[in-house]
Amino acid sequence: MNQNPQPMASLLQVSGVTLQYKTKHHLVTATYRVSFDVFPSDRFVLLGPSGCGKSTLLKAVGGYMTPTEGTMKLKGQIIKRPGPDRVMVFQEFDQLLPWKTVKKNVMFALEASGKLKGKAAEDKAMQYIEKVNLTKFANSYPHTLSGGMKQRVAIARAMAMEPDILMMDEPFAALDALTRRKMQDELLQLWEDTRFTVLFVTHSIPEAVRIGNRILLLSPHPGQVKAELNSDGSDEIDPRHNVKLSERIHRMLFSDSVEEVGVPVHD
Amino acid sequence: MTDTRPPAAVNIRPEYELQTQASRDFGVVEKPLTVFEKLYNHAGLRKTCLLILMAILWEVYARRLNNPLLVPTFVSTIQAFWDAMASGDLLSKSANSVRLLLQGYAIGLSLAVALTTFAMMTQIGNDLLETLTAMFNPLPAIALLPISLIWFGLGDKSIMFVLVHSVLWAVALNTHSGFKSVSNTLRMVGRNYGLRGVGYVRKILIPAAFPSILTGLKIGWAFAWRTLIAAELVFGASSGKGGLGWFIYESKNQLDIPAVFAGLFTVIIIGLLVENLIFRNVEAATVKKWGMQN
Repeated sequence: MNQNPQPMASLLQVSGVTLQYKTKHHLVTATYRVSFDVFPSDRFVLLGPSGCGKSTLLKAVGGYMTPTEGTMKLKGQIIKRPGPDRVMVFQEFDQLLPWKTVKKNVMFALEASGKLKGKAAEDKAMQYIEKVNLTKFANSYPHTLSGGMKQRVAIARAMAMEPDILMMDEPFAALDALTRRKMQDELLQLWEDTRFTVLFVTHSIPEAVRIGNRILLLSPHPGQVKAELNSDGSDEIDPRHNVKLSERIHRMLFSDSVEEVGVPVHD
Repeated sequence: MTDTRPPAAVNIRPEYELQTQASRDFGVVEKPLTVFEKLYNHAGLRKTCLLILMAILWEVYARRLNNPLLVPTFVSTIQAFWDAMASGDLLSKSANSVRLLLQGYAIGLSLAVALTTFAMMTQIGNDLLETLTAMFNPLPAIALLPISLIWFGLGDKSIMFVLVHSVLWAVALNTHSGFKSVSNTLRMVGRNYGLRGVGYVRKILIPAAFPSILTGLKIGWAFAWRTLIAAELVFGASSGKGGLGWFIYESKNQLDIPAVFAGLFTVIIIGLLVENLIFRNVEAATVKKWGMQN
């Protein structure tokens, strides 16, 4: 399967990646020979149950760990260490520096990476803070913001870097359902504006279907690729399979634990 | 299927919708505080009241004991304090002590910073720091004074040596444990934006570990004070100008007990000033403002 439907070259190439990490007593294999390609402006979702190594995979793309087997290339360069060309948005609310205001947090990213300085950094920061509707809170400290607002700051900080790939590790998982829904809409709106490339990790099927245009399905223990699917975000009944996309994914994920499935079921 | 239950078994209530008001329409709802509550909410005032109460108890006890050689009254202590201040003796001796203290503190801090930075960057540095703090932190600074006297002779240098010893380990230990408890997310954020080495320590680890560092600074300060006064008591004046410890020792030799108390009083006052003017404000401007401490 080396044929690319898109005419563009892929931005991120992950080929045959096995990831292992050591705990005190065991050597854990998180993913086994995972391959996929991310193209520019993709909203690429890594979806799977917990234990499928999706977060570990994202950490490896981020450069926080090196694969024991296989390669990861960003724009043809092998990924060796963390860098500002791949910015990460974490699930935890404590990813903002508590000693800096919202504006300073965004500026910190630009200045620490040496991308911009002084006034230029401030302008760029304010531009992206406006994009996430937090202009009023630019001078507030993170501990005075709600969870959703903190995540919006983190997204603004990451987007201000204008990275090759924006990586999001279940960024909305710790939010309540209403805020989560709103943040998903906002993220899609932001994507409409700037068409950034995003690699999004989630364990929620509806979120994957809404956010992604391409979904990589991983099986657990260790993570292996099960399927790579397209999504148009609508989750309507697909005439080719006669089921909703979310339903199809659900069955694929559950076919591991329940042996009898494998045949398309019709209602 | 027909429902045979009587409809009255379910209490059906009408639905309703309301228009909410914009918050600017209903003004500020606030319960005014009474005068007592306002005064009571003032931390400085509460503490001042406690201090006054303690002074009164002291005065009453000392008057009933009526033995100025054991416990002079509060009033006579204040009198002695005032006289010593007015003559400039106590003031210059305090200044000597504080100058020495600040020098020792500064050297101790710089060494602690260098040591912990080294410890954060390399494994061997980490091992070195852990071994050294385990060895030297329990060792009382004053126990090193005899050695210090032999190495550096009578004078500021040997006091400085024990001062640095007392500051260094307390600060290094707290800073190091603060660094180690910095959340993994913050570490990854720092590295994500390309920070490494000294920049990483300065821009991520130090601010993130600031609550522990501040605790280390306070403990270091207290240790330094104790060590300094103790050292001065042991070998007194160097080159003609002693410090506070020497003032206390001298006054005791002259059986001028109110002056001894006045010397102790000065130690306490300087401690209170540093705590309330310096550390309190540093705290308010950093960890409290950042929401890292309540």
